[in-house]
Amino acid sequence: MLDREVKRGSTEMLILALVEDRPRHGYEIAKLIEQRSEGVLQFHVASLYPLLYRLEKRGLIKGRWVEKAGQRRRRFYKLTAAGQKILAEQRQTWKDFFFALDRVAGINPA
Amino acid sequence: MPEWQAEIRKRLTGLRLGPVREAEIVEELSQHLEDLYEESLAKGCAPEVALQLTLAELNESDLFVRELRKVERRVAPEPISMNANRSGNMFSSVWQDLRYGARSLRKNLGFSLVVVLTLALGIGANSALFSVVNGVLLKPLPFPNPEQLVTLHQSKPNFDTGAIPFPNFRDLQKENRTFSAMAISRGTGFSLIGAGEAERVSGRWITSDFFTVLGVQPVIGRTFAPGEDESGAGPVALISADLWQRKFGAGQDVLGKAITLNDKNYTIVGVIPANFKLVGNVDVFVPIGQWGTPALRNRGVALGLHGIGRIKPGVTVAQAQSDLDRVMRDLATTYPDTNRNNGSKIIPLEERLVGSVRSILLMLLGAVGFVLLIACVNVSNLLLARSAGRTREFALRAALGAGQFRLLRQSLTESLILALTGGVLGLLLAGWGTRAALGVLPTTLPRTEEIGVDSRVLLFTLAISLLTGILSGLVPALKSSQGGLSETLKEGGRGASSGRVRAQSVFVAVEMALALVLLIGAGLMIRSMAAVWNVDPGFRPDNVLTFGLSLPPSMQATSGPTIRSALRELSDQLNSAPGVRAASFTDGAIPMQSEDDLFFWLEGQPKPASQSEMQMALVYRVEPGYLNVMGIPLKQGRFFTNQDDERSIPVAVIDEVFAHKHFGDQDPIGKRIHMDDGNQPSQIIGVVRHVEQWGLDSGGADSLQAQLYLPFRAYPDDSMPMGAGVVMRLDESAPSSFDSIRRIVQGQNSQSVIFRPQTMNEVIASTVAARHFSMILFDAFAVIALLLASVGLYGVISYLVGQRTQELGIRMALGAQRKNVLSLVLGQGMKMALAGVALGLIAALGLTRLMATMLFGVSATDIPTFAVITLLLTAVALFASFVPALRATKVDPLVALRYE
Repeated sequence: MLDREVKRGSTEMLILALVEDRPRHGYEIAKLIEQRSEGVLQFHVASLYPLLYRLEKRGLIKGRWVEKAGQRRRRFYKLTAAGQKILAEQRQTWKDFFFALDRVAGINPA
Repeated sequence: MPEWQAEIRKRLTGLRLGPVREAEIVEELSQHLEDLYEESLAKGCAPEVALQLTLAELNESDLFVRELRKVERRVAPEPISMNANRSGNMFSSVWQDLRYGARSLRKNLGFSLVVVLTLALGIGANSALFSVVNGVLLKPLPFPNPEQLVTLHQSKPNFDTGAIPFPNFRDLQKENRTFSAMAISRGTGFSLIGAGEAERVSGRWITSDFFTVLGVQPVIGRTFAPGEDESGAGPVALISADLWQRKFGAGQDVLGKAITLNDKNYTIVGVIPANFKLVGNVDVFVPIGQWGTPALRNRGVALGLHGIGRIKPGVTVAQAQSDLDRVMRDLATTYPDTNRNNGSKIIPLEERLVGSVRSILLMLLGAVGFVLLIACVNVSNLLLARSAGRTREFALRAALGAGQFRLLRQSLTESLILALTGGVLGLLLAGWGTRAALGVLPTTLPRTEEIGVDSRVLLFTLAISLLTGILSGLVPALKSSQGGLSETLKEGGRGASSGRVRAQSVFVAVEMALALVLLIGAGLMIRSMAAVWNVDPGFRPDNVLTFGLSLPPSMQATSGPTIRSALRELSDQLNSAPGVRAASFTDGAIPMQSEDDLFFWLEGQPKPASQSEMQMALVYRVEPGYLNVMGIPLKQGRFFTNQDDERSIPVAVIDEVFAHKHFGDQDPIGKRIHMDDGNQPSQIIGVVRHVEQWGLDSGGADSLQAQLYLPFRAYPDDSMPMGAGVVMRLDESAPSSFDSIRRIVQGQNSQSVIFRPQTMNEVIASTVAARHFSMILFDAFAVIALLLASVGLYGVISYLVGQRTQELGIRMALGAQRKNVLSLVLGQGMKMALAGVALGLIAALGLTRLMATMLFGVSATDIPTFAVITLLLTAVALFASFVPALRATKVDPLVALRYE
């Protein structure tokens, strides 16, 4: 139970962080998570998109169809102002959490 | 390439997503799968392996569906979604219709504006007129149980609603069994002396029960007690809230204070509420017993006393009528001399007050209803034209699953939005316009103080707005929702379907017909008004002034000769005032303003046994200058001179009608008539032209037409009047200001009073005010109708020309001349217009009959009016279709052909 909550909370933050700099589409997000976590974290279509839609519905990200010459149109998601705020809060929460873990159990994320 | 979309769709079926949302998700996810698949291939996987790897992404499909459902289930339905059958949420889909409609109307702002303004005009005019009808006809009278209130009259064989002699009234009051109370009253005027400048105030003699009958409570104090209306009772008075405010600052201490009316002190016992307007603006009410005229005891003299009564609960008007008939029969037996042939007549108060304007108002309401119908048809046409441009939109939505009902509802929602917006705007127009119109237009409408916007007017406006929305939106909506998908798409969404054109043509014809009916009605009203103005009143009203004059009440105590010399002096001063050509006192009747009559019999005939068997004539007591002032031609003999006074032998002048009626071919000069006043018979010395006493449009309908002139100066000393009417002819250049006249009159005695100053033209205009009022409104409605109908015709022809550009181009490319094209388009327009004219003529023949009673000097089927109006409408229609037809001839065949 805790696992799932933690995982969901953390994955939300991952997605928000990934669209922080620039808009990205779903496939790119999935690939980036896989690459940067060196394969530890993996998202399937079945889990990624419901999450994206939920984030969009909560107004944290905003999807937009973008058409580029010679390509099929793709849906790009970008961080909204509300998303920015939530991302900052979550980063702080996780920082505090890791700090606590380190003090208690000697786990240093860095 | 693998069919990702099918795979995804398979997994989404349980979710019941809107089609648009589903399409989006399918597109996004299949894109993702496609990328994965490509990547696997690029890594060197075999296609089967790549396919398996990719589909593995969807393996956890139950999780996927569960997660998606959590997110998507709560998403609001998409505005574009047309799945009425599936959504099951009526409210949200109506809201959706509203939002979609509002958005689509905002996109066509110009179109929406035209429609809203058209409807605002139509609805506003209807609301305005309804607020008048509501105030005047529908609202109950402002008295408790108003249905029990009736007016009481004494009837003669040729006159239903005569006044009641006071003794007869007392007997009716005593002997009736069906009335809970009755009262009698009569208007009068008082000189109010004391507080400030001497002032003429309007007063009313009443019996004690007057306010009890009506159920009117005083603001403060009390009304009259039983017995206070007997002669000899202490002088008490009730004053109006207005006078209370004006003279006493609305102080509570007014009760018990004295006011001086005509030199007699009255104690104020109560104040009557400001909204009491039943008998006009009356300042003081005084018990009739204070009048003191001996005629009050004369059963043969009516004195202009009219009664009101409240019938007992449960008693019908007919029962009350037969009850009073019984009393009158008994009186006729007991007092045959005065009461033979006299009966009674009771009329429900409401009928008496508003009966005369009911038909005019209802006719106007009908006319303004026509305007709204035309506005509806116009809007219908606009919506039809617009729906033609939207066939693809509707076909697409039908293809996406919108049912026919849903499309119909969407169209109707849009027309309802338009109509309700128009209604709100119209209501504002009406609220503002009604007051303004009542202020400006000549009107003698009763109960105008009750006119205004109340809940009933609001409801009416809401109802007609909804009706308008449905009426104007229904046909376009049906046309839109019925368009078959395949035909529409085949048409390329451009061509006008023949059904739509047919509907538009019918609409234009109907509009033309409605406009024609209104125009003919307006034409007949104008002809009537012109005929009325053309009636020769028998005198020349231009530059004639009339006003009332009353001498200081203090003179009452002086002798007759003193009053006579004061009046003579005034008369001389008025006659010699600068700018005055001639002036004359007048007592008795004044043409179109006041009436007075007397009984007489011809010399040589036996004196009739009772007044009811004597002859009657209108009586005018005037000075020698009267004929010059009024411009009445002398036909025979001579008119009065200053020597025809109280000392000379009694003389009289008659009019032609009198001469013809009573003397036939004989020469009336030198004949003598007896008047019922016990004096010497008067000798007829002259005959003058007949004057229209009863108003320009009476058409001789009133039976009393014979006119008798007596010299004002011949009044005997004991009955010298304390005032008189004055008529005065001014030089054409003289300013018609009363200030100089007031100075002359008050120069003689500052307590003399001048009242009710009017020009004779104003007097005449007031007799035709109701006719004038309805003519102006009717004309305004007809002009609006004509405008709307021609704009409608213009719009449809323009639209059709636009639709036929290509066809016209082909025709011209094949050699058609401009004039051929012109006549082709004109022909199409005129076909609609003439069909409408024919329809309108038939309708007008039937409908103008309804206004026959309002016409004067013109028949309801007056052929010149019908012909001129038909030509006028046809010409306007020709012009309205000529403009687009001309544009059609400018079509460049090459441009037109390139359209395809």
